[in-house]
Amino acid sequence: MLRYTLLRVLGAIPTLLLVIVLAFLMVHAAPGGPFDDERALPADVEANIRGAYHLDEPLPKQFIRYLSGLVQGDLGPSYRYRDYTVSELIGQSFPLSLQLGVLAMALAIAVGVSAGTVAALRQDSYLDRIVMAFSMTGISIPVFVFAPVLVLLFAVKLQWLPAGWSSTSGSSRLLLPVITLALPQIAYIARLTRASMIDVLGRDFIRTARAQGLGTMTIVRLHALKPAMLPVLSYMGPAIAAILTGSVVVEEIFGIPGLGQFFVRGALNRDYTLVLGIVVFYATLIVFLNLVVDVLYSALDPRVRYQ
Amino acid sequence: MSLLEIRSLSIRYADAVVVDDLTLSVDEGESVGLVGESGSGKSQTALAVLGLLPRQARIDGSIRFDGTELVGAATDTLNQLRAQRIGIVFQDPMQALNPYLRIGRQMREILVQHKLAHGNDVDARVVEMLARVGLPDAERQFRSYPHQLSGGMRQRVMLASALIAEPDLLIADEPTTALDVTVQAQILDMLEELRDNTALLLITHDLGIVAGRCERMLVLEKGRLVDAGATTSLFASPGHEHTRLLLDTAPRIDRADIPPPATGVTILGIDSASVSYAERGKERLQAVQDVSLSLRTGETIAVVGESGSGKSSFVRALLGLVPMQSGRVVYAGAPLEGPVERRAKAQRRDLQLVFQDPVSALNPQMRVHSIIGESLLVHEPLLSGGARLTRVIESLEQVGLDAGYLRRFPHELSGGQAQRVAIARALILGPKVLICDEAVAALDGSVREQVLLLLRKAQADTGLAIIFISHDLAVVRAISHRVLVMYLGRLVEIADNATLFSSPRHPYTRALIDAVPVPDPVAPLNKAPLLGEVPSPLSPPTGCVFHPRCDYAIDVCAVKLPATRDIKGSRVACHRADEIELAR
Amino acid sequence: MSLLRNRAISVSGAIIVATAACAVVGPWISPNDYISTDFDRLLLAPTTAGAHLFGTDDLGRDLFVRTMLGIRVTLLVAIVASFVSLIIGVAYGAIAGFVGGRVDAAMMRFVDTLYALPFIFFVILLMVAFERNFLLIFVAIGAVNWLDMARIVRGQTLSLKEREFVAAARLTGVSTGRIIFRHIAPNLIGIVVVYMTLTIPQAILVESFLSFLGLGVQEPRTSLGALVDAGVNLMEGASWTLLIPAGLLAVLLMCFNFLGDGLRDFFDARHTT
Repeated sequence: MLRYTLLRVLGAIPTLLLVIVLAFLMVHAAPGGPFDDERALPADVEANIRGAYHLDEPLPKQFIRYLSGLVQGDLGPSYRYRDYTVSELIGQSFPLSLQLGVLAMALAIAVGVSAGTVAALRQDSYLDRIVMAFSMTGISIPVFVFAPVLVLLFAVKLQWLPAGWSSTSGSSRLLLPVITLALPQIAYIARLTRASMIDVLGRDFIRTARAQGLGTMTIVRLHALKPAMLPVLSYMGPAIAAILTGSVVVEEIFGIPGLGQFFVRGALNRDYTLVLGIVVFYATLIVFLNLVVDVLYSALDPRVRYQ
Repeated sequence: MSLLEIRSLSIRYADAVVVDDLTLSVDEGESVGLVGESGSGKSQTALAVLGLLPRQARIDGSIRFDGTELVGAATDTLNQLRAQRIGIVFQDPMQALNPYLRIGRQMREILVQHKLAHGNDVDARVVEMLARVGLPDAERQFRSYPHQLSGGMRQRVMLASALIAEPDLLIADEPTTALDVTVQAQILDMLEELRDNTALLLITHDLGIVAGRCERMLVLEKGRLVDAGATTSLFASPGHEHTRLLLDTAPRIDRADIPPPATGVTILGIDSASVSYAERGKERLQAVQDVSLSLRTGETIAVVGESGSGKSSFVRALLGLVPMQSGRVVYAGAPLEGPVERRAKAQRRDLQLVFQDPVSALNPQMRVHSIIGESLLVHEPLLSGGARLTRVIESLEQVGLDAGYLRRFPHELSGGQAQRVAIARALILGPKVLICDEAVAALDGSVREQVLLLLRKAQADTGLAIIFISHDLAVVRAISHRVLVMYLGRLVEIADNATLFSSPRHPYTRALIDAVPVPDPVAPLNKAPLLGEVPSPLSPPTGCVFHPRCDYAIDVCAVKLPATRDIKGSRVACHRADEIELAR
Repeated sequence: MSLLRNRAISVSGAIIVATAACAVVGPWISPNDYISTDFDRLLLAPTTAGAHLFGTDDLGRDLFVRTMLGIRVTLLVAIVASFVSLIIGVAYGAIAGFVGGRVDAAMMRFVDTLYALPFIFFVILLMVAFERNFLLIFVAIGAVNWLDMARIVRGQTLSLKEREFVAAARLTGVSTGRIIFRHIAPNLIGIVVVYMTLTIPQAILVESFLSFLGLGVQEPRTSLGALVDAGVNLMEGASWTLLIPAGLLAVLLMCFNFLGDGLRDFFDARHTT
């Protein structure tokens, strides 16, 4: 198992490198520079500033410079938010995004798996159809469509929850963004769990368990749950990526100063280092989390472990 | 009152009736055999008793167990009976056991659920049961996962699970069909030993098993009960014509239906073939070691062996589908070598193969006429469409199918029809050598009979030479002129049909023949001739690979590989072949 | 055809076709166009006056025509992008599956690692970098979606390769080319079609997302996603500007999902005897 983990860690490094190279190239290939939007600067001042940021050096050299800084944990300064380094900006905004993401993921798994399991156990009943209808709508309506609708409903019309991020500081302001972020995942995970559970429940060893006189809950708990969760576990990697994507929208709509928002702003402002830094950061995070998922998967399937 | 009483049971799915007005009973302590071809409704009946049919099933009629009505019973009622009063063993233990749980964990739940033991007692009882079913080192097996056990061991675990709660009735649905014949004998013996006074409903298509193990016999045809009675009576004078059909088409190892001797020249010579596989990161697996055989036109030679014997690998190497490590093959005077893609067209045309599973051997997206005609496209590309079609129709007729089948897809064919299409595809090019890899294993009595007849006719008409791979010795007895026995990749014995079966020279051959159940209730029942199981090909025993299981082994057998020698018409690989007398 | 007997397929298929038909025909028969502003008729609710069946937006432009055009763009982008990912994915997956061995392992390792990365970031970067080129949208979306297809096709190819009818074909002497085209490919079609219908909604979502961020189709052209984005801002007071395009978007997405499910059931039935 240890060997497997080590191999996966080693395998992840080239991926990260690839990501960094790609992002670096794309950012620098974009026409325009970070200082275009501002008042037109006199040529020599601009040249000076470029020199200070090493933007006049050939690209490969800039890349090496970046890489060496990276290894030391220095992601460079932000071009836009001149008083801050990229690391500081990430440090400021990430905890918020993390909180949002973790809560949403937890909610999605809890509700999704339960709903999917119940639907599978009561296949073709009204409950099942409701769950399926809900999950179908959940994956068919984009986040940025129902988010404003939810805000309209719960914050403006019903006045149950706060609308904007800055309007209050209590934890109730988390509720709407987390739910919004979680909804598409709940829908997908419910669907996935249901299909997987139905498949597992149809297998021969479940029939054996029933023949042995075991009760339904015992069968689900002991025999069915573990294998049924395998596809859901596999989905966790893409799920994390999806939550990241969704967070961009959610942060935008609710005005939350999280990492996603900074990324979009950075991209629009040509803030190279910020954008690059966020991409590298997220990529590392995801690669690491995927590793964890992989190891967990092999832990659950004994056929992989004991060859 | 009988223990189990089924009255007018009907099971329906959408528009198909699988069990029709079935009435039968099983008394306390008796052993009853439920026989029929596939699709006759035997398994469905078993599942219905325990309430295990899928949701789509519509059930009518009555099933009473010890007075309690089971049809439409509440799950709680059923759960009270399951395991504690009625146990069941299924056909495929790999599928029937949970691959994600350890064996002990799965089994102990039965005791816990039914409150049959508590605390530390639970595990102790499970281990005890595992030992009783003959699992070596039961303590360790308690913690094993199913995939770490062999097929025979898994089925023992299933038996243990079914009997641990000491039920009054045990239903066994084709319990040994997926096992090697020598292991089958062990399991059937064990079943008898453990049974005590438990009633047994043994479901099988194998009349030999019923003859030896069941007092009473019930015959199903297309979901209906057509015959019932004491086994001895029914075998002697069957009541219904279907029973007669089953008895007549059951291949018998004790009776000789020896086809006329072969004529012709040697067409295929294989000299010391060896095949091994090496998977990345794993050890080299020696599948076949030094096997030789020669084949004449018009002759059928059967290659017989259990799992791990290497018979499939041998044949695939012969055909060039997998590489042959060493050895020479000569076909019609010319060497036959290299991967199939690089061989001469003529050679490829002359050697054809028919697989075990007809359905996966046919492209589901192609119609019958394309499937059969494709070979012509390759080997006789100048034929016009019309001429090709004529040839296809001819070959269909040769296998007993009419032109109406031309436009069908494989999923619209029955197993027997699909296999015939596969044979037509093989024969359309007029091959000289046909290799049948378990070609009739998936087929039932009468259908199997027809396919074997078809092969014999093709042989008689064209001088076709056939290599017939099978694990079923009774079928081999009926169709082959010569027989080659393999064990763990090695040639053990090769002899004429009559000679091999009447006076085998190798202990393994003897055991193999003795393990086959004979469809004769009056004949004495052999105890399982072989103990243990085939060792893994990854670590074969030293010297003679059979020696650990051999009753006649002496010191030299563990050390030196036996040479193949001729003893009175048989070629045997045994150190003691000239000393021991194995004929009965 | 038995294909149409499946209700999921026929109903969702019909809706999609009908919607597409409206999108093509609608702008022709309407007296309005998508670009003329009319400052006397800002934010009109849906009405028959002036044939503003969907009302007007904040610049007085007719929303019916704009919505129909938006549907055209959305469908076009989705289908073309899916096609791009189909071609890349099928080629990649089939090669990996057919060649097998180390090449296959390496290729799939690559896919696995890409699979978990938030591609959307790259797409955003791409769009920003290259100034919202319309053609680029197709490429970007296609590039995001090919991974799933590659995996599926590779898995299917691998199992097909081991099937006995392929071995039978090899034995007979059927050429490798014919094996690929006549034996393997037709058995791939089923699964590819099913996945296509499932990648289309994904493509639609990506396009909508880009529009939401202001990186998608540029004014005055529009897509459903862009219309929704505009509608979000006008939501209070002119709810139809959000509800109509959002509703149509949701319906299209659901239909494609149902269609995919239905096709999957259909092809499963064919293969299991």
